[in-house]
Amino acid sequence: MQLINMREMKERQSGKIKAIRARRELGRRIRDMGLVPGTEFLVKGRAPLKDPVALRIAGFTLTLRNSEADFIEVEVE
Amino acid sequence: MVHTIALAGNPNSGKTTLFNALTGARQHVGNYPGVTVEKKTGVYKIDDREFSLVDLPGTYSMTAYSLEEVIARDFIATQKPAVVVDIVDAANLERNLYLTLQIIEMGVPVCIALNMMDVAKSRGVRIDAPRLSALLGVPVVPTVARNGTGKKELMAAAAQVADTYAGPKELNVSYGEDIDSALAEMEPIISRGQFLTQYYPARWVALKYLEADEQIVSAGRRADAHVSEKLEQIAGRVASHLNRTLDTDAESIIADHRFGFIKSIIRQGVIEVENEQNRLYLSDQIDKVLINRLAGPFIMAGVVLLLYHFTFAFSEIPAAWMESGFAALRGMAEAHMAEGVLKSLVISGIIDGVGGVLGFVPIILLMFLGITILEDSGYLARVAFMLDRVFKVFGLHGSSVMPFIVSGGIAGGCAVPGIMAARTLKSPKERLATLLTVPFMNCGAKLPVFALLIGAFFASHKAWVMFAVTLMSWGGALAVAWVLRKTIIRGTATPFIMELPPYRLPTVRGVLIHAWERTWQYIRKAATVILAISILLWALMSFPGLPADQAEIFGPGQEAALAGAELRHSVAGRIGTSLEPVTELAGFDWRTNIALVGGFAAKEVIVSTLGTAYSMGEIDAEEASGLSRRLARSPQWGPLTAFALIVFVMFYSPCFVAVVCIAREAGSWKWAVFSVAFNTVLAFVLAVSVYQAGSLLGLG
Ligand SMILES: Nc1nc2c(ncn2[C@@H]2O[C@H](COP(=O)(O)OP(=O)(O)O)[C@@H](O)[C@H]2O)c(=O)[nH]1
Ligand SMILES: [Mg+2]
Repeated sequence: MQLINMREMKERQSGKIKAIRARRELGRRIRDMGLVPGTEFLVKGRAPLKDPVALRIAGFTLTLRNSEADFIEVEVE
Repeated sequence: MVHTIALAGNPNSGKTTLFNALTGARQHVGNYPGVTVEKKTGVYKIDDREFSLVDLPGTYSMTAYSLEEVIARDFIATQKPAVVVDIVDAANLERNLYLTLQIIEMGVPVCIALNMMDVAKSRGVRIDAPRLSALLGVPVVPTVARNGTGKKELMAAAAQVADTYAGPKELNVSYGEDIDSALAEMEPIISRGQFLTQYYPARWVALKYLEADEQIVSAGRRADAHVSEKLEQIAGRVASHLNRTLDTDAESIIADHRFGFIKSIIRQGVIEVENEQNRLYLSDQIDKVLINRLAGPFIMAGVVLLLYHFTFAFSEIPAAWMESGFAALRGMAEAHMAEGVLKSLVISGIIDGVGGVLGFVPIILLMFLGITILEDSGYLARVAFMLDRVFKVFGLHGSSVMPFIVSGGIAGGCAVPGIMAARTLKSPKERLATLLTVPFMNCGAKLPVFALLIGAFFASHKAWVMFAVTLMSWGGALAVAWVLRKTIIRGTATPFIMELPPYRLPTVRGVLIHAWERTWQYIRKAATVILAISILLWALMSFPGLPADQAEIFGPGQEAALAGAELRHSVAGRIGTSLEPVTELAGFDWRTNIALVGGFAAKEVIVSTLGTAYSMGEIDAEEASGLSRRLARSPQWGPLTAFALIVFVMFYSPCFVAVVCIAREAGSWKWAVFSVAFNTVLAFVLAVSVYQAGSLLGLG
């Protein structure tokens, strides 16, 4: 177990959200999509220029930019 | 009384599909007052009762950050629909219930449509609807909107809710000690002061104050500054306490508890999953190829080319039909009307003007058929995903790419559907910047101008010059977008938190309805304004007429030359002449000026007007056909002038149809006027720079 920033995750790596450091609009948008502490996900892939990143969460796929992933702290194996 | 039923839910949960299934053809598309978000209303009849249905914008939450959320929330609170039917994607229950919870908390009558039951089933997910209903205290009806399963039962349940509604339900989610005690303190203050309670339950208002919801707080200040002050104090105290002790804010705590509440409901036997969790679904398999970092971009290019071929190949035939239809009309007017001003008005003003507008219809319809298929299948979201990084550099968004391509990003599109395609962009600033820059793309109407000039002056390097022209328009558009986003549309990038919906086969009906809606909006809105403007332009180019003694000089066989003389004498001709001292800087004479003024109506007009203007003084009418040769021979023209003109045509004011669309999509004429003025000035500066620099270097 170790804590890393979501930006540092590799493709096909899975993790669990530990904390979301964003506040206000960005924080709310992240949470509204179901990204809350405790959520497990898999990095499904990255766009051709490595940004944004696509996450596979329970029943759906979500994309966010690296600059947004920076605010998310993840627990990985 | 006709009850109103509002359809709410997450994007892609099937709202529109359900709406179509319920209302059939009895629907109407408009806008919410003052904004460009679409509002669909329709009628549903059962037995002898009639319901008015409203398809609310899709949202993930009921906060006030996006326009869609504000609209959905305001509609529910102020219009007080008899029932809110919340469409929940059964295959994505947890995330969808987050919105459900917030709707129930608003204290309105709610009924849940548990949609996509077929998808859930195929994934081995079984949902106990009665149990979910019991836990949430609202009816839950399983549906498959795509084939209409469950829609009767849903409407029966909704009618029942409307008839038996007896005040807000108490769900009383616990938000943890800090928040709960603040709520307990705030609720009595709100109830006693009857503070906003005509719209919302007291607990909900208290929650919004704790979340520091700007819209509710400012509405509260207006309603009762004193009460608002007290509530803000409590909220401020909670916020600083949470910040100090937990390094977080009330919003996060509230959201976490909502999800916690949902998890606890789901765990009480609502969901049963047969197979192992998180197995790869079909969509994930497809994504392995389609958004592959290496193969993805090539496939995308192929898809875009296919869209182009599809649109232009199939629109040629109906466009030709329309053209011959209007030609027939023209012929009839020609044959049956007496010579004179009225005839000229009918032919050149009305028939040509309306024909010009309707001539776009086949392209728009087909373009939208194609785009709707891409959108509904889920592919468009992938395109945005793959290209976001590139567009972000210029202050745009991944979703800007379709509008650019449709407008002529690969040469030969049309800015009108391009501007309308910008609707898929949900971030207002990026959307505006997109709207204002897509007209720089090389639409199908600019191409004949380029073809004429390239043919006359760059015949030996045709392909290269055309390629350079395409690059220039992209470079110009992206550079302008970058400047706009740094200046008048300044602001940080809107978060790109976007769902990649699962791939789905679009339904024929859904696609047809959607494409036709957009086309019809175009016909209705554009036709009226365009007709007026084309009559105005006709008048500019026809009046005042040439005095009889001057017209007599031209004998039979010199009609073309006569037309040229008449044009010079008209208001447009005088404008062109009076502008000459200025436009000379870019190498344009009065004839070019008239053509450019005409190009304002539609860029197609440029070539034909140049033809008329250059036929002036010609003795031999036959010569009129060889405009390209004549320009090449003319002493005032050279490659440099031609290139300056290409640059000008590429960047100057969008045509009127596009301007009308910009006004509509941007929600104000201010931006339409801006794009006319800004683009023309920019184009002029660029053309002058090209011409003057070239002259200095001796290229003239
Ligand atoms: N399999 C399945 N697909 C559905 C169902 N309802 C809607 N869809 C599809 O889901 C996609 C999104 O639906 P739409 O009505 O546009 O969602 P909206 O964004 O909520 O308006 C479309 O491709 C629909 O055909 C359903 O019950 N089952
Ligand atoms: Mg919809």
